[in-house]
Amino acid sequence: MFVNQFLLLGAILFCIGVYGVVARKNAVLMLMSIEIILNSVNINLLTFALRNGSTDGHVFALYIIAVAAAEVGVGLGLVLLVYRNKKTISIDDLSEMRG
Amino acid sequence: MNLLASESEVLAPLASGWFLEHAWLIPVIPAIAFALIILIGKRLPMKGSELGVLSMLSSLVFALGAGYQWIQRTNSATEEQFVAPVIKSWSWWRSGGFDFGIGQHIDGLSILVLIVVAFISTLVQIYSLEYLRGDRRYTHFFAALTLFSGGMLAMVLADNMILFLLGWEIMGLCSFMLIGHWWEEDANSRAALKAFFTVRIGDVGLLVGISMLYFAANDWTQENLELSGFSIRGISAWALSGEPNSTVIMIAAVALFIACIGKSGQFPLHTWLPDAMAGPTPVSSLLHSSTMVVAGVYLVARLYPVFYVGLDIPGGGGNLIVIIGGITIVISAALAFVQNDIKRVLAYSTVSQLGYMMLGLGAGAWLPAVFHIFTHAFFKACLFLGAGSISHSASHHSFDMKRDMGGLRKVMPLTFTTWIISTLALCGVFPFSGFFSKDEIIDNVGYNGYNLFMIIGLVGAFMTAAYMTRATYLTFFGEPRGASAGHADHGDTHDTHDSHNSHASHDAHSSHNAHDVEQSHGPHESGLLITVPLMILSVLAFSSGFLNATPFGESWERMKLWVEPRSVEVVEETHSGGPGESLIITLPIAKEGQSKSVCGSAQPETGICYAPQLNHAPFKWLKAMMSMAIVFLGIAISWILSTLLFTKSDPRLVGLTQRVKILGLGHKLLVNKYYLDVLYEKVIVRSIAYPVARAAYWFNQNILDGLLHGLANSTRRISGWVYKNVDQLVVDGTVNNSATLTKSLGTAAQPTQSGKLSQYAALLFSAAAVAALVLVIINT
Repeated sequence: MFVNQFLLLGAILFCIGVYGVVARKNAVLMLMSIEIILNSVNINLLTFALRNGSTDGHVFALYIIAVAAAEVGVGLGLVLLVYRNKKTISIDDLSEMRG
Repeated sequence: MNLLASESEVLAPLASGWFLEHAWLIPVIPAIAFALIILIGKRLPMKGSELGVLSMLSSLVFALGAGYQWIQRTNSATEEQFVAPVIKSWSWWRSGGFDFGIGQHIDGLSILVLIVVAFISTLVQIYSLEYLRGDRRYTHFFAALTLFSGGMLAMVLADNMILFLLGWEIMGLCSFMLIGHWWEEDANSRAALKAFFTVRIGDVGLLVGISMLYFAANDWTQENLELSGFSIRGISAWALSGEPNSTVIMIAAVALFIACIGKSGQFPLHTWLPDAMAGPTPVSSLLHSSTMVVAGVYLVARLYPVFYVGLDIPGGGGNLIVIIGGITIVISAALAFVQNDIKRVLAYSTVSQLGYMMLGLGAGAWLPAVFHIFTHAFFKACLFLGAGSISHSASHHSFDMKRDMGGLRKVMPLTFTTWIISTLALCGVFPFSGFFSKDEIIDNVGYNGYNLFMIIGLVGAFMTAAYMTRATYLTFFGEPRGASAGHADHGDTHDTHDSHNSHASHDAHSSHNAHDVEQSHGPHESGLLITVPLMILSVLAFSSGFLNATPFGESWERMKLWVEPRSVEVVEETHSGGPGESLIITLPIAKEGQSKSVCGSAQPETGICYAPQLNHAPFKWLKAMMSMAIVFLGIAISWILSTLLFTKSDPRLVGLTQRVKILGLGHKLLVNKYYLDVLYEKVIVRSIAYPVARAAYWFNQNILDGLLHGLANSTRRISGWVYKNVDQLVVDGTVNNSATLTKSLGTAAQPTQSGKLSQYAALLFSAAAVAALVLVIINT
């Protein structure tokens, strides 16, 4: 089994996700990037589960999908509220947390 | 066989009863009542006074029950059998090998005094309901009064000296509280302090005496009676056992007698008693008749064997007690002549009568002296309450006879009658109660070989009759004066009376103004709550003497049968019958010629003595007639002089003390109370206190302050160095530097807190990457 290819795919998706989170200014795109990161983690989990012949990884992957769905729901809700208040969803405009 | 039969006959067990066994409840009831009055008294409908009256009433019932059962007990004994006291004791606390007990010692003497105390206390509390109505510290007054009686009752039935001391001190404290009841006036609080401190001087003697007796007697009592050296029973037996060293027991007796001098107002510590008049009149009455001052006399009567042996009472001639008693009788009676304050006349009269009791005890006339406690309590309480009645209803709270009284016999018939009865009893007129006790004392003092003191006693009787006549004349006869004349300006009289006499002992009530309104109708008879106690007391003042009426023969001498401990040698077998109780079987020793006991005169051979053999003078009508004649002479002379002097009808007498120098000097000496107060306050206290104070000041200034200054200076220098080097450099330096460091670190880290989300994410991921890298490096 070509474990390396799967792991490589996971790593590439992770890097794309990280790039998206760091570089993108749009909040929705940031959320999408987070989803990509989560899915790269899922690929990793499934790869190791197949390789070790256990179902643990599958169960974890299912959990992560459920958590990701919930997280996106909350995240999109936040983005909507921010948009309603600020008329923008650019992350750079939301710098009230500056110390 | 015959001997055995007679022995089993005398072995007849002594009767006892519930009241005798539970006599310890008598002081417990007032103690509980005191706590209740203090806690909830103010919320009760009668402000706690009902608790006080009720507790004294139940104590009285218990005491009377115990008295009745004691009489049965003495009747159940045979003629020559020792009537063992009903003793119960419990261990109170143990400390370092000392076992302090608590318990009751019930015999004729304690029962007699218990009944008197409970009875007088009950009447005084009832009287106070009216007398102190509306007082600002009504509840506290009743609380203190109840505790006062409780202390006396506890002291009277104490079975050991520690409990005795406890009761003694409770009374000292309560007398302080009660004398200073109206402490807002300076004179009152001063009098309270004086009473407390003067008695305190004597109390040192009590402590010394108790501890001496303990260490001297403990071994003997443990060995022979299984009692501690504090036990009154043990000490009595030890004193008569012939064991004690005569010097030790003599010093112990003197130490104890010093306590009695302080408490019973004997010369030279009598000065506190007249000042104690500052308290409310019911307090004076209680204090002077049955509690407090009787405590000293009671101590002598209680531990009589110690004094009997220690001071060689059967020796005759003179000893400390009779000398002090004799001096007290005469000097205080002389002082009573120059007093204008009616309560002070009575106070000096009490001192004088206490002198009689001491004289009797000192001369071996135990029974007459104890009987005099009994009769004196009734007539003196009656006289004091009578004086209170006058001030309450007639003289507008003044006690000044010359200024505010006179001619009161018409407006206050009840008070007048009771006063006259009690006065006759006090003077010792036949057949009033005082005659049977006082005359017996004088008679027995002479019979026991103290002839000089018998004469002093007769002189005292003459003076008693004279000063009481003077007081009676000034109060009830002649023209009404001042407040009792119903003058409209009695308010002013009252005030000038205050400023005029610094020791003014008038009873100021908070309901003063209410009384003013009432008083505008002039003097009148007091209410029932006041007159009923007076009448009860006057009946007893007349009749109580018949309980030991020696003139009418042996069958009338009840007190001798009931109260006097029988001086019989007894063999004891002690069986412990359970915790806290011991059954004592007494076996009189069959001896020939038993009529004369060896107790008190020689060492008992086989048994133990509890009471010395005392003589009783046979009554002779001739001697009684002589003392009667002296009394009537006193009354007559005093009456004539009073009439002439106070109506100013004879110019030869008016101003006599101003014209005749010697008389003037004598008068001045008496008015100044022999300068004893001056001696105590100005000379003794000053000569001790001032040098001590000066020495203390010098010590303070030069040594203590020098030390302190030196210490302070070196401390300052050290602390200055510490401040500069340790505090500023090390401690503050550390703190400051760490703060600076934190601040610069914070400033350095500030740019990372940009508020830019992507930057945070970058940091997070780079941190995660670094962590991952570290993980990889560690694992490979």
